[in-house]
Amino acid sequence: MRRPRGRRHAMSGAAQDGNAPVTGVPAGDRTGIGGRPSAGAPDDRDTPARLGPRDVLRVGAAGLRARPMRVFLSALGIAIGIAAMIGVVGISTSSRAQLQATLDRLGTNLLTVGPGRDMFGEDAQLPTASVGMVARMPDVESASATGKLSDAKVYRNDHIPAGESGGISVLAARLDLPRTVGLTMATGTWLNAGTARYPAVVLGAESAQRLGIATPNVQVWLGSQWFTVVGILDANELVPELDSAALVGWDAAASDLGFDGHPTTIYTRADKAAVERVRELLAATASPESPTEVEVSRPSDALAAESASNKAFTGLLLGLGGVALLVGGVGVANTMVISVLERRAEIGLRRSLGATRGQIRTQFLTESQLLAALGGIGGVALGIVVTAVFAVTQGWPTVVPPWAMAGGILATLLIGGVAGLYPAIRAARLAPTEALATP
Amino acid sequence: MSLPLEPVVELREVTKTYPGGVTALDAVSLTVQAGELVAIVGPSGSGKSTMLHLLGTLDRPSAGTVLVEGRDVSRMTDRRLSALRARRIGFVFQQFHLAAGVGALDNVADGLLYGGAPLGERRRRARGALERVGLGHRLGHRPHQLSGGEKQRVAIARAVVGEPAMLLADEPTGALDSVSGAGVLDLLRELAETGTTVILITHDRDIAALLPRQVQMRDGRIVHDDAWVEAVS
Ligand SMILES: Nc1ncnc2c1ncn2[C@@H]1O[C@H](COP(=O)(O)OP(=O)(O)OP(=O)(O)O)[C@@H](O)[C@H]1O
Ligand SMILES: [Mg+2]
Repeated sequence: MRRPRGRRHAMSGAAQDGNAPVTGVPAGDRTGIGGRPSAGAPDDRDTPARLGPRDVLRVGAAGLRARPMRVFLSALGIAIGIAAMIGVVGISTSSRAQLQATLDRLGTNLLTVGPGRDMFGEDAQLPTASVGMVARMPDVESASATGKLSDAKVYRNDHIPAGESGGISVLAARLDLPRTVGLTMATGTWLNAGTARYPAVVLGAESAQRLGIATPNVQVWLGSQWFTVVGILDANELVPELDSAALVGWDAAASDLGFDGHPTTIYTRADKAAVERVRELLAATASPESPTEVEVSRPSDALAAESASNKAFTGLLLGLGGVALLVGGVGVANTMVISVLERRAEIGLRRSLGATRGQIRTQFLTESQLLAALGGIGGVALGIVVTAVFAVTQGWPTVVPPWAMAGGILATLLIGGVAGLYPAIRAARLAPTEALATP
Repeated sequence: MSLPLEPVVELREVTKTYPGGVTALDAVSLTVQAGELVAIVGPSGSGKSTMLHLLGTLDRPSAGTVLVEGRDVSRMTDRRLSALRARRIGFVFQQFHLAAGVGALDNVADGLLYGGAPLGERRRRARGALERVGLGHRLGHRPHQLSGGEKQRVAIARAVVGEPAMLLADEPTGALDSVSGAGVLDLLRELAETGTTVILITHDRDIAALLPRQVQMRDGRIVHDDAWVEAVS
């Protein structure tokens, strides 16, 4: 019993309207295997189902699982690029964190005043009263000073020929210097009212090392007589000039070493809120008669500037990381192009199973992005390890900014998308029969 | 089994000319009713695969009309045809096309992937389909752990797991020895008996002779169709 032709024509007409039900038969009568009605209402038969995100990921990952070695190698390319960039960012951030910690510890309110040059280009002098005047300034918490003794040299003993002083400068120091600067003793004691009048010396950390002295109560040949080392200072990043100094009392310097009493560096701590104001007034206060012959500086600025000078280098490394990333991206694109060529049969099969072009495109894009993201995750991990190793060996805190990690992963998703776009479009354009024809 | 009312698939004066000028199908008409088991035979190059691709909406005709369950394929977008294949058409190929390294169950479950069922349901139905083809004990086996005949059974399970209106098989026994080939053929006959429309291409005249309806092709035309004989008698 066949249907009359006319009826069939009428029905194919209905089909042209799109989603209208096209059979006169109740859905339950269309027998699939076992006689069960097909899934979905008849209207749904030709509306493609959306793949859920989990299925999209599953299908994308399945393509990668089949070729682990190739996946590893092309992900490695991305990983190296990301690791380089994360490492560079991490190391410079860690170094900045270290600087910040140092500045927090040492304070940024230390200002120094030193003699500049006079109008004839000669070394100028600070007035002997300048320290007291600075100390009396409003918003100044404390002020101290050192005076350079250019003629005095220090030696381990009296046999060493003059001239081989090892770059150690001899400075007259006021007793309140450690409090103002924030110096701490590695060993021994600082000068006191008593020892400041006698041939006693406190060595900076580097000076002590150069002289080969690790404990106090040792004699050194200073000027033309023996001085007793009473203490050794800790190193201090803010005032590296004191690390390589030998500090004697103001009075002893005057009596034994011919010190003229003119300070060469005034150290002053200003109220944190008033540092800039104090800084502007310092020159005029320290040397009211010739304020232009005075140099004022803020040591914490010098520290920060030193770290900023590394920025160009950081930029160069970042650029190299970017090139590595680009090469990695090309590797992913290459892998995907080959993958599409090799998997024409799979593409044809999926089309025969009902995949739309869009679903094929999504599959290969997802695969490419997963591949790149794998490299990205590996690269971030590698970058963290590199940063940690470097920071630990430098004694820095390890800091990798979260934005860098997130940015790294996002960048790989983008790279994966760009690298996979062309292969994915090619895969989607493949005609099902053509794809199936390849063995 | 009562006679179905609606042809599952119908070709009307269908011509397929490939780029380059080969006319693989030349004004072919064919009607297949629901529940039929049809064997397509013919010499190599006679257009069998081309016809199967057109029946399965994998390709479009150069001229003529293809109707799947009464719907004109030429008027449907590629997206809609994909959905039609996902829900109404199952394919079996000579080369099986199973995903390497993936277990039988998940290979079969992929047959439902584009139909929109969630994973749990896909796997549950895949298990049922594998049991139906006699591979209930091979669910976790990957393709390289299966014999050729078993692989083709997995492929058949994948094709029918979505309970399609028709199952199209292009030389499903072509890569198998005669024993496993016979097993696969028996399976297809069983499926046809339970209501699935099966259209299969075979080179083997003996196999074809066993099937209720034979369509013989030559040079892009149907030169014999048992349905004609039936109609006459
Ligand atoms: N993509 C194509 N482009 C051009 N010509 C094609 C294409 N596919 C098939 N043909 C040609 O169309 C004709 C029919 O091919 P088809 O594959 O349908 O034959 P067949 O009957 O399946 O043969 P076989 O038994 O060898 O599989 C052949 O002459 C073939 O060369
Ligand atoms: Mg063929």
